[in-house]
Amino acid sequence: MNVLIYLLPMALGLGLAGLFGFMWALKSGQYNDVEGAALRVLSDDDLPK
Amino acid sequence: MSAITEAIDLSLYAKPETAGTLGMDVAVEGISCGACIARIEGAVKSLPGVTEARVNYTNRRLHVAWSESLTEPSRIFQALQDNGYRGHPFVALRAEQEEAAEARHLTRCLAVAGFAAMNIMLLSVSVWSGNVTDITAETRDFFHWASALIALPAAAYAGRPFFSSAWTALRARTLNMNVPISLGVILALSMSVVETANHAEHAYYDSAIMLLFFLLVGRTLDHAMRRRTRAVAGNLAALRAETAHRFKGDELINVPAAALKAGDRVLVRPGERVPADGEVIGGNSEIDDSLITGETARRKVAAGAIVYAGSLNYSGALTMRVTAAGGSSLLDDIERLLEKAASAKSRTRRLADRASAIYAPVVHTTAALTFVGWYLYGAPLHDAIITAIAVLIITCPCALALAIPAVQVVASGALFKRGIILNSGDAIERLAEADTVIFDKTGTLTLPEPRVVNAADIDPALAQRAARLALSSRHPLAMALAREATSRAPFDGAVEEPGQGVRALIDGVEARLGSASFCGAPLHRDGDSGISHIYFSYAGQHATFAIAQRLRSDAIETVQALRNLGLDLRILSGDRVDAVRPVAEMLSVAQWHGGLNPAEKIAAIEVLKAQGRRVLMVGDGLNDAPSLAAAHVSLSPISAADVTQAQADAVFLGERLAPVFDAVDIARRARRLMMQNLWLAALYNLIAVPVAIAGLVTPLIAALAMSGSSVLVTLNALRAASRAHDPEKWSPIFGQDYAQRKKTPLAESDPS
Repeated sequence: MNVLIYLLPMALGLGLAGLFGFMWALKSGQYNDVEGAALRVLSDDDLPK
Repeated sequence: MSAITEAIDLSLYAKPETAGTLGMDVAVEGISCGACIARIEGAVKSLPGVTEARVNYTNRRLHVAWSESLTEPSRIFQALQDNGYRGHPFVALRAEQEEAAEARHLTRCLAVAGFAAMNIMLLSVSVWSGNVTDITAETRDFFHWASALIALPAAAYAGRPFFSSAWTALRARTLNMNVPISLGVILALSMSVVETANHAEHAYYDSAIMLLFFLLVGRTLDHAMRRRTRAVAGNLAALRAETAHRFKGDELINVPAAALKAGDRVLVRPGERVPADGEVIGGNSEIDDSLITGETARRKVAAGAIVYAGSLNYSGALTMRVTAAGGSSLLDDIERLLEKAASAKSRTRRLADRASAIYAPVVHTTAALTFVGWYLYGAPLHDAIITAIAVLIITCPCALALAIPAVQVVASGALFKRGIILNSGDAIERLAEADTVIFDKTGTLTLPEPRVVNAADIDPALAQRAARLALSSRHPLAMALAREATSRAPFDGAVEEPGQGVRALIDGVEARLGSASFCGAPLHRDGDSGISHIYFSYAGQHATFAIAQRLRSDAIETVQALRNLGLDLRILSGDRVDAVRPVAEMLSVAQWHGGLNPAEKIAAIEVLKAQGRRVLMVGDGLNDAPSLAAAHVSLSPISAADVTQAQADAVFLGERLAPVFDAVDIARRARRLMMQNLWLAALYNLIAVPVAIAGLVTPLIAALAMSGSSVLVTLNALRAASRAHDPEKWSPIFGQDYAQRKKTPLAESDPS
């Protein structure tokens, strides 16, 4: 079971990366307008005219 | 043009952002779909000098930033108007900002607790399955230490909302639900560390963290709901914010009413509301004080008269000098009564607090008795302590702490959908307890603005011509008539003669709308039980429109429905007895009083309270504010005076009275569910506690029991939203209904 010695910290590290990712997204205001984000994806303003 | 597009002094709202740019938040009316986002942002960004424009669709606001030197900020509002939206400069209230910060804090705590709960569960499930198969003691210890490494920092971070609240309660020598929660979490964690150090089979890291996670989910949802209603309330306040025409020397500039200072000279045109309390220094007019006193008959004012913020100016332009707030006897009176009523209001204890006041001592005594019992029975000290702590963990009020907030979240969501915005969290419980409803008359049972009452007697074609002509006038009577117009297009070339009326050529024939002499019509006596007349002449035909306060369209049905719920209904009005009687008779309310001043209204409520009744007060006038504060629970329509709205436990939108019924109905249902949930939680404890006292609880059983009961209680709470009869489809704020009730004349609002 010695493999756990490094597998467990790796799993935790990946989880922590996800957690910090979420914190960053929260801090940068990506959750300020959740309804708007769902609608913005439908707008075609990025298409070449 | 409407007030907002005249040159308005926006310096109060624009805040410096990065170097050389100014920023402002704008509450936008009319955002209804995803396409609006691109349209608004495109229109505003195309203005020269605008560096940023971003719509927040969730709370219907626009953030703009522009270079200080370049853009005239009023062009932003013009651009919105050109695209069919109305913008209102918006300043976030302190309360809203604080709540936003707290919500972010809760979300971070939730994220940490969620991360920890998932990882610890991963380890715990391995230990549980290993315990019944072939896990080695070393691996188990390793997993337990890893759990401790995750759980301790996570609990220290994510538990702060509970720990700080529990600490505050303990210092005030009271108990709230957070005390047993904090105690349970801390004891579970410290016992687990000790057990891990002793190479024990069981540790409770997962229980402690799962508990925090479940509770944080409930709190975050509760907060999100409250923030959403708060955002709507903030937007409505911005929509309602009045502008005033202030004299600067001889020039007039438009400023937000909030920026007026004592001593400012202000012009109030006919059809506008008085922006601040003050004294008239020039001009003659009639003033409608119904929002202040409930009195529907108009008051003549001239130089020297005192006028109050919110009164409607009828006939002539007035110049007034702003006096300091509270400088008048009426307002002083109301302020004094308000203070008294607020302090005398017996602080009703919330259901949750009452439950925890019983719960916490019982649980803690049970744990202590368990310890003493096992110890006397001869168990080793260590085992006795472990069993006692297991009792504390299993009784940790996960379900109990969710039982009430979960129902509150669902019920306030259901109320929000029906156009009712809660000001205070425990209003639902108090609404459910109400057994007597007291209505104010003016603006509550009746619509806030007067309407045509004799439309049936007038030839429809003639009436439509008159109503369309009325679109060109700012006179309040004409504005009342204009509401009947089916076409929103005013006649070309309409001319308003100040103090007389308005005239225009319709198909080459002159039409006149205004006073009797202006139209050459026979005079009707005005002021008879609140009825005013406006005259119309066209091609030799005459029509006289009677304008008066009219009942809300569904008032009779709503009052009957409330009576069917077993509520005792009364009317207490500040208006004259003659004006109250017909309303009371139409609604068949037997107990009514008219001509009451604020103190007498409070006295009437006190009498009812002394009889042990729980009074629901529904009112809108400034004179109702003290009675709203004195009543057990209170509602006010969105058209109410600001002071009054601040006192009300909930505010309802729209022209219908049905929200009063909905509020009581949903609140009663919610309270039933809260009680059910409390009993479910009690039942859970009744089963779980004996098992814990017997010392049979393992971490696996604790995790199953706690999650199971939480899920059960939450599912039960969801029933608060479902209801037998279908609510009228209703867009909460920015629907047509509200737009039509705006104080600005309809002729100017863009029918987009």
